[in-house]
Amino acid sequence: MNRRMIVASFSTEEDILGVTQAAHADGLKVVDVYTPYAVHGLDTAMGMKRSRLAWVCFAAGMVGAILKLWFEFWTAGVDWPVNVGGKPWNSLPAYVPVTFEVMVLSAGLVTVFVFLVISKLKPGKSPVLLAEGITNDTFVLAIEEEDATFDPVRVRKLFERFNVRSISERYGEEVS
Amino acid sequence: MADSTVVLRPPLIDGNKTFAQVTSDVCSGMEGKPTPLWWASFLTAFSFLLLGGSAIGYLVATGIGTWGANRTIGWAFDITNFVFWIGIGHAGTLISAVLYLLRQRWRTSVNRAAEAMTLFAVMCAGLFPVIHLGRPWMAYWIFPYPNTRGPLWVNFRSPLVWDAFAISTYFTISLVFWYVGLIPDLATVRDRAKEGLRKKLSGIFSLGWNGSTRTWSRYEVVYLLLAGLATPLVLSVHTIVSWDFATSVIPGWHTTIFPPYFVAGAIFSGLAMVLTLMLVARKTMRLEQYITIRHVEVMCKLIIATSGMVGLAYATEFVTALYSGNPYEQFAFLNRAFGPWGWSYGIMVSCNVIIPQLLWSKRIRTNIAIVFVISIFVNIGMWFERFVIIVTSLHRDYLPSSWADYRPTPIEIAILAGTFGLFFSCFLLFCRFLPVIAMAEVKGVLNEGREPAHGHGHAEAAGKRAGLPERVSAMEGVRG
Repeated sequence: MNRRMIVASFSTEEDILGVTQAAHADGLKVVDVYTPYAVHGLDTAMGMKRSRLAWVCFAAGMVGAILKLWFEFWTAGVDWPVNVGGKPWNSLPAYVPVTFEVMVLSAGLVTVFVFLVISKLKPGKSPVLLAEGITNDTFVLAIEEEDATFDPVRVRKLFERFNVRSISERYGEEVS
Repeated sequence: MADSTVVLRPPLIDGNKTFAQVTSDVCSGMEGKPTPLWWASFLTAFSFLLLGGSAIGYLVATGIGTWGANRTIGWAFDITNFVFWIGIGHAGTLISAVLYLLRQRWRTSVNRAAEAMTLFAVMCAGLFPVIHLGRPWMAYWIFPYPNTRGPLWVNFRSPLVWDAFAISTYFTISLVFWYVGLIPDLATVRDRAKEGLRKKLSGIFSLGWNGSTRTWSRYEVVYLLLAGLATPLVLSVHTIVSWDFATSVIPGWHTTIFPPYFVAGAIFSGLAMVLTLMLVARKTMRLEQYITIRHVEVMCKLIIATSGMVGLAYATEFVTALYSGNPYEQFAFLNRAFGPWGWSYGIMVSCNVIIPQLLWSKRIRTNIAIVFVISIFVNIGMWFERFVIIVTSLHRDYLPSSWADYRPTPIEIAILAGTFGLFFSCFLLFCRFLPVIAMAEVKGVLNEGREPAHGHGHAEAAGKRAGLPERVSAMEGVRG
């Protein structure tokens, strides 16, 4: 995809929060914001929706638990029933601990796996860093220059209100 | 909106650090050459590891008869060590998951090291049930897999099977939690490193992290979910360990108090171990400004709280036994406290209940040397707690004709020493090659980033610099 972006660097959390909110309110298209740590409130300032990963986690946990419970019934009561101290084949309370552990295991592993896939993170991927020091102390805002109505001067003014450190332009880069 | 009457909270991190300073403070320890102190500690730990490794080799080659365990006392040193190490691991999860859910932001300086400690402790713990099998090469039989023996499945009604699932799940989830927490910091290491092995490895394991808010936002959700999963998990693990005992009919084991008693004891012992390691790490790695005296104090308070819980459990089980009217139960407890192993009961009570009471005094809590000594005492006391539970309950059972005594052999002691070697070797390697402090989390709690750049007045800006509560200042930043 070929797109033009304005990339601005800031030094503090307040500035990046303020400028992102202002840019979003101004109707500018915020491509992404890059920060050295999780800045709270930045996702809502960017207009992002709530992540649905919690549902993935819930579903994975449920599937894991149900499969494991079925497996315990099947092994202990159907495939090779073994009489252990005269206990019934369907000793449900005794199946709870392992079912719980497998629920936690599948919920955790699936959630992390889905997170890595949707965030396009994978081993050995070379990172696209829009500025130096993003993983150290720099907060970066990337705005797409959408159409002819885009006014670079006004955008620069906006950045300057929030103590911008440097501004650069990028072409045709894939950011993710 | 500036409220100048707000009581100022001291900053979590001392020394008015900038973001870049945090990065270089944490990373420089990994980038230089290891200090002589590091080499000395590592070689000591590693030689203990070798000692334990050879003892295990001898054990496997010869058989369980090299241990002092006998038919009456079938579980002794090995299972004591197993429960001890698993317990140590629990504080790591408490700090990383439970305190995260409780929004205790001071945890950021210690959580990385505490989680690493969890992993290494669980590794040490897992070793014991496996070598206790006698034929450790058949350990995989505990997992239900299609086999040529029927297939014969495992008995899912057995606590020992529950235990295998609990420990392996605990290890896996702790590892994933730790690794997810490391990804942003590995990216920092990658971007600092020049060409070479460090650049290559941190590049592979940082997964192409670029600090995108879209990723950060999901990352926070994943972290929260993992914390939410790890919290009941950690409670379940030691609960299940206690069921290994409680589902038997041995007097002193067959009680309903065991799950909460074991969980409280586990967290108590783990906190003591975290404190021991923290005090060593802050001194040797020069992290005094990150792991401040406030952190030490908070940990001490947690130790007082859990020590109280453990003390209450000791008293409750004793009173319940005496009140039960069951002569076997009564005998088991009187024998525990006043029998031939009474001295180990004495060590347990004094190290776990009496000595930690010293921490009520602020003067003692802020004296690093005394706190260090107390944490060592708690470690010893908690090892003895498991020893008391196992050996004193077993050595005099229902039939006086089968009463026996127990003495650990040098092989058993060497294996225990070996697990300490494994634990400290891993921990020292971790300190050397990975960021010991979660940089991305510490940066989030620095006051530095919260100063209003185009402030609403001098008084307020000054207040921020002096360390205004971050929530107030963060809100100002948003609305300002």
